Amino acid sequence: MKNLGISIIAVVILLMLPIGAAAAEWYSLLTVALPYGALTVFLLGFIYRVLLWAQSPVPFRITTTCGQEKSLPWIRTNSLESPSGLFGVIGRMALEILLFRSLFRNTGAEILEKRPVYGSAKWLWLFGLLLHWSLLFILLRHLRFFVEPIAPFINALSAFDGLFETGVPTLYLSDLVFLTAATALFLRRVVLVRVRYFSLPQDYFPLLLLLCTAGSGILMRHFTKVNLIKVKELATGWVSFSPVIQEGIGPLFSIHLFLVCTLLVWFPLSKLMHMGGIFLSPTRNLANDNRMRRHLNPWDAPVRVHTYEEYEDEFRDKMKTAGLPVERE
Amino acid sequence: MSFAKIPKPDDLIAIRYEPPETPWMDTPVVFRPGTWSYSGAAKNLTALGLPNPRAWQPSDEDWKLPENWQSIILEGMKERLEKHRSFRLFMDICVRCGACADKCHFYIGSGDPKNMPVLRAELLRSVYRRYFTASGKRLGRLVGARDLTVDVLKEWFYYFYQCTECRRCSVFCPYGIDQAEITMIGRELLNLVGCNINWVIEPVANCFRTGNHLGIQPGGIKDMLEFLADDIEDRTGVRVEIPLNRKGAEILFVTPSGDYFADPGTYTCMGYMMLFHEIGLDYTFSTYASDGGNFGLFTSHEMVKRLNAKIYAEAKRLGVKWILGGECGHMWRVIHQYMDTMNGPADFLEEPVSPITGTRFENARSTKMVHIAEFTADLIKNGMLKLDPSRNDAHRVTFHDSCNPARAMGLFEEPRAIISRVCNHFHEMAEDTIREKTLCCGGGAGLGNDENLEMRMRGGMPRAMAVREVREKHGVNRLACMCAIDRATLTSLMDYWVPGVTVTGVHELLANALVMTGEKERTTDLRGEPLNGKTNETL
Repeated sequence: MKNLGISIIAVVILLMLPIGAAAAEWYSLLTVALPYGALTVFLLGFIYRVLLWAQSPVPFRITTTCGQEKSLPWIRTNSLESPSGLFGVIGRMALEILLFRSLFRNTGAEILEKRPVYGSAKWLWLFGLLLHWSLLFILLRHLRFFVEPIAPFINALSAFDGLFETGVPTLYLSDLVFLTAATALFLRRVVLVRVRYFSLPQDYFPLLLLLCTAGSGILMRHFTKVNLIKVKELATGWVSFSPVIQEGIGPLFSIHLFLVCTLLVWFPLSKLMHMGGIFLSPTRNLANDNRMRRHLNPWDAPVRVHTYEEYEDEFRDKMKTAGLPVERE
Repeated sequence: MSFAKIPKPDDLIAIRYEPPETPWMDTPVVFRPGTWSYSGAAKNLTALGLPNPRAWQPSDEDWKLPENWQSIILEGMKERLEKHRSFRLFMDICVRCGACADKCHFYIGSGDPKNMPVLRAELLRSVYRRYFTASGKRLGRLVGARDLTVDVLKEWFYYFYQCTECRRCSVFCPYGIDQAEITMIGRELLNLVGCNINWVIEPVANCFRTGNHLGIQPGGIKDMLEFLADDIEDRTGVRVEIPLNRKGAEILFVTPSGDYFADPGTYTCMGYMMLFHEIGLDYTFSTYASDGGNFGLFTSHEMVKRLNAKIYAEAKRLGVKWILGGECGHMWRVIHQYMDTMNGPADFLEEPVSPITGTRFENARSTKMVHIAEFTADLIKNGMLKLDPSRNDAHRVTFHDSCNPARAMGLFEEPRAIISRVCNHFHEMAEDTIREKTLCCGGGAGLGNDENLEMRMRGGMPRAMAVREVREKHGVNRLACMCAIDRATLTSLMDYWVPGVTVTGVHELLANALVMTGEKERTTDLRGEPLNGKTNETL
């Protein structure tokens, strides 16, 4: 529980900071310096981390095979779970990245009547998938603040997202789904003793941060309205590199913006980098064509081996006694 | 195998998945008898030129580490982070979702939270954070970082030698994080300061010198194969040849030494010899390349290469066209995923073609080594073998996918194609326990020794229980597999959890059913048990 406490304290402090900054009227810091700074850290940090990974070579082709290899012509290959070529690998990666294929396999093991039983456990997959997809929807919807005129696809997306037309303004499904999924994943981490046991502060932290960010956004949309014209001026100002210092959009907006900036800075420093890492995972992104195509190891070096000559030198007499052929008499 | 020193199955199965009260970093490791393996003997380390040979045991207080052991380990980590993208990535991107937690057979069987792959990785990751990340250097424990102390090293030893590198967790991980990879590197680091187990390092030393893990010298190999040929003649009336170190053979046959050394592997070896005789295969065994198995895989990447080199070298010396490999698990991980990269290119060999059916094994066109299940499945498909599956009627068979052919090769259908043609009673185990989700025997990666027996029985429990289920449902009494370690460890596992089930190789079943030219009427199977199965225990 200590790790959870640390995260909560960290988030509370983060919530206070923008309120304090707004009170001190540090608007240029809040609405210009910080967003640009955070975005720069995010972009450079992300690129740095990916380059660092890419710098380490992949010496061996260590695909984890989850289906039949390509072998004899009459045996059906599982080209998605054990791809033998590029298209299969692309398919496998697409399934992983878009649908969380491996997580979908999840089961829960327990001992019932003195034997292990494997039950279906799709909740983790479901909430994980919902969290990521709804976050993508929300991010895309936010593009409306950054471009003028608003691109048609953004409007279409928002219309689809608000399909049920509940409330004024319309309640977005993605908001609801996101809150539900993030809460579920957070509670899972807190409630399940086993998961709590290995959870670190940095595991609770991003979930809390996301929940507070989403919460502040929803409050602004549905309860404490903010001046959207000012928000749009600010956002388009960022994009056109002629930022307008906005004063007094409201404390909720300050909090929202500050948390997003925190998230951007936190991203490349943390496990959130799994977003970039999944593309590079050698057990998934390599074809199972090991015996068809030779894989090269850039740092391959000679090693000390025991040659046949050394072997025969030691055992020559015994080999001759056993009637085995030898190279030298 | 005596189970006197370990708890009874009914007590062992009382597993609680509740973690202890203390946080894992404050829960020191206890070397409880039955759950760890003896240290590598100094003579073996010396023979291999490995560092810090000495007399010590894991249960000792003082491990006699070199004075600068910390800097050796940290330097080693740095080097490996730069050499293996897998290692750096797997240190960085885990989100601790816990999907891997209850996929590990050692966790399912022990309830020890440090056997959850996520936490086993954290043992190393916490040290990585402390010395290789900006936040860990500054914030320490606040971000899950900790100093590398002797206690941490002991913890690594205990838990990295409590992982069989089976890769089951990696199937379920949303990022494909493979604990086998982390364990392999963890063991490499331990080896840098001379901490390894004798059940790995003695076979490695043997293998380096004599070509096989058991240390059998050339004459001994010949004697054993002759003994097997005698047995074959006794059962079938057919005398098979024993080609050994024969230059100019078309095919070099390499199999794990367990196959010709110990029951029940020997029956599988008899199966190969009978099959090759029957189809008139132009092949040879080798005393130099007398083991395809490679315990180097459980030591270091360098050692994999050192032990594997002999296979291509021998193929070249003997002038064969290609190589055929026997039933083995980790051997096939090495051959499929490492051999060509480490010791290739095998440009002096030809693309494998079955001399009997003319089938071109295109999937092995670079490595030039074919798995015997691929070879035999092709023979059967092309109708080249006369089979009488009723000779296996006493056996009600289930099939255990060995970890490495399953998750490092994708070899699923070939053995099934053979088994379903050579016996009439074949029953699959539950879906969650076979194919890519197969459960380890509990004794792979060098852990199949007797001092580690309790942990083996725990780790093997999930596999055993799946067997018990088909035994109760279908009266299964034979557990087939394609791995020499399995054939040794599953035998004790069955004795402990599911008495009455015996372990068999796939080619033993094949040879029972194989109708050979000029054979006498068979009255027994390869084990000398009557064919009608009256002595076989049935339910």
